Amino acid sequence: MATRKSSANSNVSAEELLGYYRDMLLIRRFEEKAGQLYGMGLIGGFCHLYIGQEAVVVGLEATAKEGDKRITSYRDHGHMLACGMDPKGVMAELTGREGGYSRGKGGSMHMFSKEKHFYGGHGIVGAQVPLGAGLAFSDKYKGNDNVTFTYFGDGAANQGQVYETYNMAMLWDLPVIFVIENNKYAMGTSVQRATKSPSLWERGAAYGIAGEEVDGMDVLAVKAAGEKAVAHCRAGKGPYILEVMTYRYRGHSMSDPAKYRTRDEVQKMRTERDAIEHVRELLLQGKHASEDDLKEIDKEIKGVVNAAAEFSKESPEPALEELWTDIYA
Amino acid sequence: MATEILMPALSPTMEEGTLAKWLVKEGDTVSSGDILAEIETDKATMEFEAVDDGVIGRLLIEAGTEGVKVNTPIAVLVAEGEDVPAEGATAETAPAPAALNGEEGKIATPASAAPAPAAPKADTSPDWPEGTAMKTQTVREALRDAMAEEMRSTDAVFVMGEEVAEYQGAYKITQGLLDEFGARRVIDTPITEHGFAGIGVGAAFGGLRPIVEFMTFNFAMQAIDQILNSAAKTLYMSGGQMGCPIVFRGPNGAAARVGAQHSQCYAAWYSQIPGLKVAMPYSAADAKGLLKTAIRDPNPVIFLENEILYGRSFDVPDLDDYTVPFGKAKIWREGTDLTIVSFGIGMTYALDAAERLAKDGISAEVLDLRTLRPMDTDAILASVMKTNRLITVEEGYPQGSVGNYITSVVMEQAFDYLDAPVINLAGKDVPMPYAANLEKLALVTTDEVVEAARKVTYR
Repeated sequence: MATRKSSANSNVSAEELLGYYRDMLLIRRFEEKAGQLYGMGLIGGFCHLYIGQEAVVVGLEATAKEGDKRITSYRDHGHMLACGMDPKGVMAELTGREGGYSRGKGGSMHMFSKEKHFYGGHGIVGAQVPLGAGLAFSDKYKGNDNVTFTYFGDGAANQGQVYETYNMAMLWDLPVIFVIENNKYAMGTSVQRATKSPSLWERGAAYGIAGEEVDGMDVLAVKAAGEKAVAHCRAGKGPYILEVMTYRYRGHSMSDPAKYRTRDEVQKMRTERDAIEHVRELLLQGKHASEDDLKEIDKEIKGVVNAAAEFSKESPEPALEELWTDIYA
Repeated sequence: MATEILMPALSPTMEEGTLAKWLVKEGDTVSSGDILAEIETDKATMEFEAVDDGVIGRLLIEAGTEGVKVNTPIAVLVAEGEDVPAEGATAETAPAPAALNGEEGKIATPASAAPAPAAPKADTSPDWPEGTAMKTQTVREALRDAMAEEMRSTDAVFVMGEEVAEYQGAYKITQGLLDEFGARRVIDTPITEHGFAGIGVGAAFGGLRPIVEFMTFNFAMQAIDQILNSAAKTLYMSGGQMGCPIVFRGPNGAAARVGAQHSQCYAAWYSQIPGLKVAMPYSAADAKGLLKTAIRDPNPVIFLENEILYGRSFDVPDLDDYTVPFGKAKIWREGTDLTIVSFGIGMTYALDAAERLAKDGISAEVLDLRTLRPMDTDAILASVMKTNRLITVEEGYPQGSVGNYITSVVMEQAFDYLDAPVINLAGKDVPMPYAANLEKLALVTTDEVVEAARKVTYR
């Protein structure tokens, strides 16, 4: 079967485009469901939703190969789904159940999958950045060509350890892609209220690290930039910075009333720049899919998410003995 | 069999509530999940569901009753066709369902809280075979040999830190390693503790076995978030999937005349953290054997050395490969009148004091803990049960000290064996002064150990 090109100016097949649509939709529907379960009291504590930012992880995962690693902050559900972790295991971790990825002991912010090379899920803002460089260090030490995607937000970009890491990553040519997910707000503080730097990626220049700004609401633009960054790292040229301009539709966490921005601002993003709508239009305009095809996908995703929610409710709470396990290997 | 239904706790802090309304009456058949009653707390009105199936035999508390204590029987549930027991007869008690968020009363009791009247069996086996040939080595040489031996056997082991390679180590612990193993495995870092500690932890997640040297543990405070939050907790947070085999090592505690910011003992700090192991050797033989164990351990290990001990010489087994296990104290000197427990450089005061006490006819047993987590409490208890008196010696601050913890263990598990209050000797409760006379005063001394020994033996 001949591969059809999408209407975008990009070397992406229709099948790939449909895949991105499916992956982004899974994240959105999953997060909406997580929000519901939180409201019902089934999910506790902190719960940071990824709604609005889906194109970032989906675009970058499209550039990864087996063996590549990823690590991120506490807004991590999307990253886990995008790298192929089981929605049931993720949702059951959110509800604190035995069937969760960490058997209920990690929660929303602390999940891992050795199998999918997903190294967390870290709750301390910025701490995952040196950890990600360390993962890249391990690959370079072993002499393979794997890369590590190290995600952090515009808030974390002001942490000192990020710059300590930039320095060493460049000094040692570590194969790490620093992905700054700039969603414009560090909790309630806008980027403009946190720094006078005109851009975050340019700070890498002080350490000699190449980088660029990327439109994070366009999955194809993210993928194209990701391919460039991955090629740079695999060629042994050291780290690369992608500042991906994105937007979160929901509050910082479930308990955030989001008074620091207007409803209009959010609404404008949703109606004009939504990443999923964008791909939907590409698919329909390019006649790569019909309305019915997309409805079918919607239905399929809904089924996956509902099954995950059911599993997360039915899975039992961890046995009380679990309190004392996994403290030492 | 009739079952009592108890007043539930509907929040972690609820002690009593109002039984606002019954939604069932005597004789009703109920099944699990049916709403039995509405219960008011000071915060909200909650519905109370049945846990078991059966017939409501009797309602014991009238609707509208205020101040019903949690766990008071409020109704009796019987099986279909069963007689309702007479009032006041004992029925089997059904536990009230836990608070909705299950935060209280559900935690298994740690084993350590249980009294242990019988004398525990301390492991007193030798660390190496009797008759092993010994050689004299400094602690510095022993530490270097431990790293070199483990690096020879395992490629995944590497050393990183400030001045560890070309400079040969700020305290010369890594002397010669760059020559033998090259720059791939002996890595100079910029002065950036927070960053390189995090990179080390990430490398351990990625399957390597880093040895991260801190020029001193005072500088590790810059990195303590990565040590605690990333290294120590990830195995637990990942449900056992992702471990962190890493060693953080370097000199710890007071050196000489370097003032407050460079003179602090972190033994008590790190030994508080579940997920970390903490070793603090005194002798060269232990330094070598414990460091080799630390490098092989699949968990993060804090390895606390001491600058003053680096140059001290001890007998070290002349063996190709030996290790010292974690969690096994060493009895340096057997005695009958009191037990002195110490670790690291504290051992020098403990041993000097024991020598002096012996001349006065007081027989002190001296225990070197060697590792603080795991801690060989069995050895401490066995010794205290023999001598009935205990003092602890360390250089760290007194409040929340390692000695304080040991004292609590002995209080709980060997209280009846104590013939005198336990004395904890520690550094003074002050930042370290620079002036030579004041610095001496701030540290624990042999005189203080001797004096404490006389106090607990009433001699």
